[in-house]
Amino acid sequence: MLLIPCPFCGPRDEVEFRYGGEAGIVRPKDPDALSDAEWADYLYMRHNPKGRLEERWFHVHGCRRWFTIARSTATHEIERE
Amino acid sequence: MSQPFRLPAGGLIDRTRTIRFVFAGRAYHGHVGDTLASALLANGIHFVARSFKYHRPRGIVSAGPEEPNALVQLGLGPHEEPNARATTVELYDGLVAAPVNAWPSLRFDVGAATGLAAPLLVPGFYYKTFKGPLWRPLFEPLIRRMAGLGTAPTEPDGDRYERMNAHCDVLVVGAGPAGLEAALEAARTGARVVIACDAPLLGGTLVDRAERAEWLANAVAELSASKDVRILVRTTIFGYYDDNYLCGVERAASGEPGPRERLWKIRAGRVVLATGAHERPLVFADNDRPGIMLASAARAYIHRFGVAPGRRAVVFANNDDGLSVERDLAAAGVEVAAVLDLRDGEAVVATEGRRRLRRVETASGRRIDCDLLVVSGGWNPAVHLFCQAGGTLRWDDRLAAFLPDRARQKLEIVGAAAGEGLSPPGNALSVPPRRRRAKCFVDYQTDTTADDIALAAQEGMRSVEHMKRYTTAGLGTDQGKTGNVAAFVLLAAARGVSPAETGTTTFRPPYTPVTFGAIAGRDVGALADPVRTTPLHDEHVAAGAVFEDVGQWKRPRYYPRAGEDMEAAVARECRAVRESLGMLDASTLGKIVLQGPDVGSFLDRIYTGRMSTLAVGRCRYGIMCRDDGMVFDDGVVARLDKERWLVSTTTGNAASVLDWFEEWLQTEWTELDVSCTSVTEHWAVVTFAGPRAPALFPELGDMRPMRVVETTLDGIPARIATVSFTGGPSFEVSVPAPYAEALWRAGLAAGAVPFGTEAMHVLRAEMGYFMVGQETDGSTTPLDLGLERLVAWDKEFLGRRSLRRPAHALSGRRQLVGLKPVAPVIEGAQIEPGPGHVTSSYRTAVLAMVANGRARIGEEVNVLFEGRRVAARIVEPRFASPGSAPVPGPPLNVTMPQMAATPMASVRAAPEALERLLGLRPETPNSVAEGDGFRILWLGPDEFLIVGEADLSGTRNVDVTFNREILHIADRGILAKGCGLDLDPRAFPPGRCAQTLLARAQVILEARPEEMLVYVRRSYARYLQDWLADAARR
Ligand SMILES: [Zn+2]
Repeated sequence: MLLIPCPFCGPRDEVEFRYGGEAGIVRPKDPDALSDAEWADYLYMRHNPKGRLEERWFHVHGCRRWFTIARSTATHEIERE
Repeated sequence: MSQPFRLPAGGLIDRTRTIRFVFAGRAYHGHVGDTLASALLANGIHFVARSFKYHRPRGIVSAGPEEPNALVQLGLGPHEEPNARATTVELYDGLVAAPVNAWPSLRFDVGAATGLAAPLLVPGFYYKTFKGPLWRPLFEPLIRRMAGLGTAPTEPDGDRYERMNAHCDVLVVGAGPAGLEAALEAARTGARVVIACDAPLLGGTLVDRAERAEWLANAVAELSASKDVRILVRTTIFGYYDDNYLCGVERAASGEPGPRERLWKIRAGRVVLATGAHERPLVFADNDRPGIMLASAARAYIHRFGVAPGRRAVVFANNDDGLSVERDLAAAGVEVAAVLDLRDGEAVVATEGRRRLRRVETASGRRIDCDLLVVSGGWNPAVHLFCQAGGTLRWDDRLAAFLPDRARQKLEIVGAAAGEGLSPPGNALSVPPRRRRAKCFVDYQTDTTADDIALAAQEGMRSVEHMKRYTTAGLGTDQGKTGNVAAFVLLAAARGVSPAETGTTTFRPPYTPVTFGAIAGRDVGALADPVRTTPLHDEHVAAGAVFEDVGQWKRPRYYPRAGEDMEAAVARECRAVRESLGMLDASTLGKIVLQGPDVGSFLDRIYTGRMSTLAVGRCRYGIMCRDDGMVFDDGVVARLDKERWLVSTTTGNAASVLDWFEEWLQTEWTELDVSCTSVTEHWAVVTFAGPRAPALFPELGDMRPMRVVETTLDGIPARIATVSFTGGPSFEVSVPAPYAEALWRAGLAAGAVPFGTEAMHVLRAEMGYFMVGQETDGSTTPLDLGLERLVAWDKEFLGRRSLRRPAHALSGRRQLVGLKPVAPVIEGAQIEPGPGHVTSSYRTAVLAMVANGRARIGEEVNVLFEGRRVAARIVEPRFASPGSAPVPGPPLNVTMPQMAATPMASVRAAPEALERLLGLRPETPNSVAEGDGFRILWLGPDEFLIVGEADLSGTRNVDVTFNREILHIADRGILAKGCGLDLDPRAFPPGRCAQTLLARAQVILEARPEEMLVYVRRSYARYLQDWLADAARR
């Protein structure tokens, strides 16, 4: 079970969190300006790398804050400051 | 008490205590301190099992958890356990065990007698036959009967299981000399140490070899006397997970009252793996007869248990340590007939004896009578946990073994597990058989032979992972602890490469099998999942309600009166709502208070409809979509004040909707100033519905639909909203949770008929109102539901862009319609011509989602289910007209009880702003500041819980006094059974607080000098109290 560093609460067990997927996906400011394909890309397409991934977590059973960490999807190692 | 092979002296057994046990239907005696295996050997029993595929007689090979052969069906009835290893089962008085995979008896076994299965069970047979026509009718049933291990118990488990969370600076796994030294060293620094040992006694090989007894005694004494050292004996660490999180199972000493097993979940700063090494057998012809045993096992039986494993022995090994067992045997009075060193070309090439070894034949042609063959093929370091932790291995030619290479986590691996002190074996692990067909076993438990591995290599299984799956080597309950390395070496040899190149298969948890009971712990039966109840639960029980599960909630489904079945009760309840007055406990609906200047524009983005134009005191129904345009939830938005709104959600989605709001506010629309606070449990809600409802509230009776007022009932704050799901008059009354009962009773006194969820569903279906999760399934848009009027296209909202895709305008999408079938139909039934399906079906109303449904009103279709075909007509989804005009009746006369409660308020503010207002603030996140008559708990960056009386005017606050109940717990050890936080007073001193999970409930913990306070959501309080009571039971 991962020990996830919440910026407010400090390290906590993974079961207290909800996974939020890849970080840095910005919702388009003007969705109407996008083609259907571009909109589908925003909605569904993710990088899914083997290795370093910046990802979002939500401390759902703790302080209820969203935050971003960098984690290796291959080793599960989280980059800690 | 005849135990003919018990040595006159020695061993750590208690010879003064003789106990009786039964194996394979016969009674024997042993001593306290024996394992089942040692007691059987003391009675001269080696033949204890039939093998997995070939039903060959098998004996006891090892003295530990690596045992491949001696598996037994342990215990009876509710205490039965399949595939227990006789080598680790501690003997207790009255123990009953039976061999596995032998029928009708161990001595006469049909499978062995006929040899039926043997030709079917060569490697690859499954794969080659799966596709053939004979697999299902012939081979599969035959193989299922012939191959196997123990049988699953049929009775419910009669034992109790415990769970414990622990935190330490250093966890030492293994209590042999290396583990003990590591534990001593760590303990002397004052660190918090846990040392886990899978045997009942510390010492490992020191015990098995009767070495360094005085050092061992001193070490155990020092560790036992250290305050911060926790010694866990009979505890197998079976899993090493991310970030130094390890799980183990502690078994109760036999005969001890209390739980049978305890699951330990340990988070360690640093881990020392001192897991030792497993000795491996040699591979030669018929190397599996009872009486063939590892040298380490022979030593353990002599020194730990005072048992002679035979009368006349042959020693056969490829290393000095293995050969030296000769001295132990001789000292125990066992005659050693020959010592064969494989490195000198001496070897056993054949063995004889049907149910017990009688004779061996050597390479030089000697035939030696013996009843014991002690073998050693060198050692495999126990790197299982090291590899589970992500560590890599390297092949070591000198030890002919895989050794730890690079660790990934914060751990050290020491002693034999790191290859230290192991005796280097010769190159050979196997001896070619004389007779071509003789079986040379590599993996005893799966009956994998050297020929099988050669066949796998010949058929192109180049990788060890392929070979493993093809031959099943290593797939047994022992996961190939004794056999794997020989299998890898043989595969490498067949391919002409080094084992360094072929590598190993993947090591996965668990190290040894774990019972489902240990994993489930106390989360079984009534505690399997939280049961959430409303403040009116006792009222419903007293009224004889039949409950239904809605998510974790218990909701009354209907209230049958004497002589009524469900249909009659529901019809009566519906009639009451249509004709006079009904009342429903609607407390389970999610309730979220939103505050801030930007709530309107936030809700415009969340809901398909426009909310920002809502006037104070008004309500509006809305639908929210995910950004893919599919309906996510629905509910009513009420504007209580200019900057204070209340959103209601469906019962099932309350948590998801709050999460959804916070996700968008925190991660995307950070420019919006909106705070969300759940008040679901603070308020109880009773819906009064029916033509008589307006009369209940004479001052409000002319309130038009979709209005909300904040008022008082007998001096208690209350909120009344005219929100209807029946189309008729409806007053939704909210009061703080403890006052719900008084409100409910006042309703009864006014003649309101309680109705349940079933009547509610019928009434809404009659109106054609869809229900999230019933009509919708994650692929349903608001347009499919015919609710385009609720979509404001001229503003941006989640899902808008997706709904504008041309695909949503194409014909063929399923649309919500009504159905008039000629006979009752069931939900989920298919509609022809379709596609389409029935989504809600009641006697008076049937709803369906049908392709192009709205254009097909009036069309005749068929409804298909359970092989039947029922004719039906597609109709408008409306089966009733809105309720009739108000009817006079008595007013609601509520008398509220007097009660005192410590006020609690959720405050959203920057810490500095809070300090300016209250004069103090907590120092650090998750800590508590104590003011005059109140405490401040800092729960989130801008979120505080104020407990007590404080003047909060001018802050953004919400009264949450009744959202949670406070439980007082003196013993932190009880909390540690269900909470993963480090609750050691040094880590969690008074003045700390935290939001976390306790059992399966979200809680706030606050450490006070004398006790812990547990703030639990009111609906979970009953569940958590039951859980705590169970955990407090010793
Ligand atoms: Zn947190």
